[in-house]
Amino acid sequence: MELARHWRQRNARYRLEGSRNASTGVVAFPAEHGVDWQPYCLSGHGSVLTYAVVHAASAGYENDSPYIVAIIVLAEGPRITAQLTDVSSGEVTIGMQVEMVTRLMADTGPDGLLLYAYKFRPVL
Amino acid sequence: MRPVYIAGIGQTSIAEHWDKTAQDLAYDAAQQALHGYTGPIGAIYVANALSAALGNQSNLAPAVAASLGLRGVETLTIEAGGMAIRQAQLAVAAGVVDAVLVVGVEKVTDVLDERREAALALSMDADWEAFHGVTVTAQWAMVMRSYMHTYALGAAAFAPFPVNAHANGVNNKQALYRFPISADKYQSAAAVAAPIGLLDCATEADGAAAVLISATPPAAGAVIRIAGSAVASDSVALHSRPDLLTLNAVTLSFERAMAQAGIERSDVDVFDVTDPHAIAAILALEAMGYAATGTGYLLGSTGAIRPDGGVPLALGGGCKARGNLLGALGVLQIVELSQQLQGTAPTQVADARIALAQCMTGIGSTVATHILVRDA
Repeated sequence: MELARHWRQRNARYRLEGSRNASTGVVAFPAEHGVDWQPYCLSGHGSVLTYAVVHAASAGYENDSPYIVAIIVLAEGPRITAQLTDVSSGEVTIGMQVEMVTRLMADTGPDGLLLYAYKFRPVL
Repeated sequence: MRPVYIAGIGQTSIAEHWDKTAQDLAYDAAQQALHGYTGPIGAIYVANALSAALGNQSNLAPAVAASLGLRGVETLTIEAGGMAIRQAQLAVAAGVVDAVLVVGVEKVTDVLDERREAALALSMDADWEAFHGVTVTAQWAMVMRSYMHTYALGAAAFAPFPVNAHANGVNNKQALYRFPISADKYQSAAAVAAPIGLLDCATEADGAAAVLISATPPAAGAVIRIAGSAVASDSVALHSRPDLLTLNAVTLSFERAMAQAGIERSDVDVFDVTDPHAIAAILALEAMGYAATGTGYLLGSTGAIRPDGGVPLALGGGCKARGNLLGALGVLQIVELSQQLQGTAPTQVADARIALAQCMTGIGSTVATHILVRDA
């Protein structure tokens, strides 16, 4: 992961910043761009639409296996793909209420980056 | 637009070809497709998804052309076999060239599983999906879980699809796996991305397939025409779709191809779809209207997908048993279905005259549908 590639998504990954359309009120994540769209931080609350438990991971995520990935319906409407954390796979249910937390996604090595981003956990 | 025919086919076995490069495999398949052909070749299109990521080699098409002694010919490298077939069909139908050689090739077993998963994940949205550790299998698993939840199904509902694929693959000398599996084994297999288990998970392997697409049918043998050819697209990110269980690009490309061919749904005798997992085949059959929404799995349990059923599927073993050739799959589908229409397939559907090939990239973000018709 290159520095610039991660850095340019920092607002989305660190504080779930999307955008809101000033004329329609529609909220978008990731952000839409255009005259009516303004930056907008989502609440981080949502519910699990579906999920899977990854045993055969991609390179860079092998040490996390097994881990849970999900599609979450955010309270403001958009859907997002993210990992679930602080929960075991047997406890996850479709419809479960979750909230955003910031977690380490990957350590890319001694000369690389520590990549932080959103994950979701059951609402405390 | 003029009619377009299949003038030659060839393929290698689907296996771990340690001793061969992608170019070697492509050469072997191409030589078979060109056997006995003496006319000109206007262009060579090479379909390949992962050579740049896993083989340190892009620019495959001119390499294949040179190996065939055709240096100088027009070349093009394309990510997916179905889309390469579509481009070849267009070029010949339009009269730009009289014949295009389409070669699909994939070489993926030189690397370990984690690197291959990462390469497969290139077809996803890099920032909003793959970054989060999602694999393609995990995406299908999320779709499968949603399907199970929506229609209150257990994993047993999916077993007939890989069971059928393996039963058919037993006869295919070119297939990666030539053994049957049972529904019991399916259910007890280890998880790859739960709820998808090992026996619902196609294995990627090495191999090549080639098809000569021409304005002239071959001098002898069956006359097979590409009667319908269409490509449609959908969002790359799965979460951007209004309904996770609707493969809209499958529907769109299917409807366009059927309209071109001027045939009805029930006219198709034999099918091959991109079926790395049972859920992919089930949703494809629903998207094409062969089953109502939420009932596609019944085509498995009723036996409709078997060689003697109404929608015979995965006759060569499908992605599960024959092996998943990824970017070359769409070309291999045309080879296998041409054999069905010639009456020479290892697992043959009786009197097959019309065949349908559906090739998708990613999780249905680009889909090609081709209709082959035997005219004589």
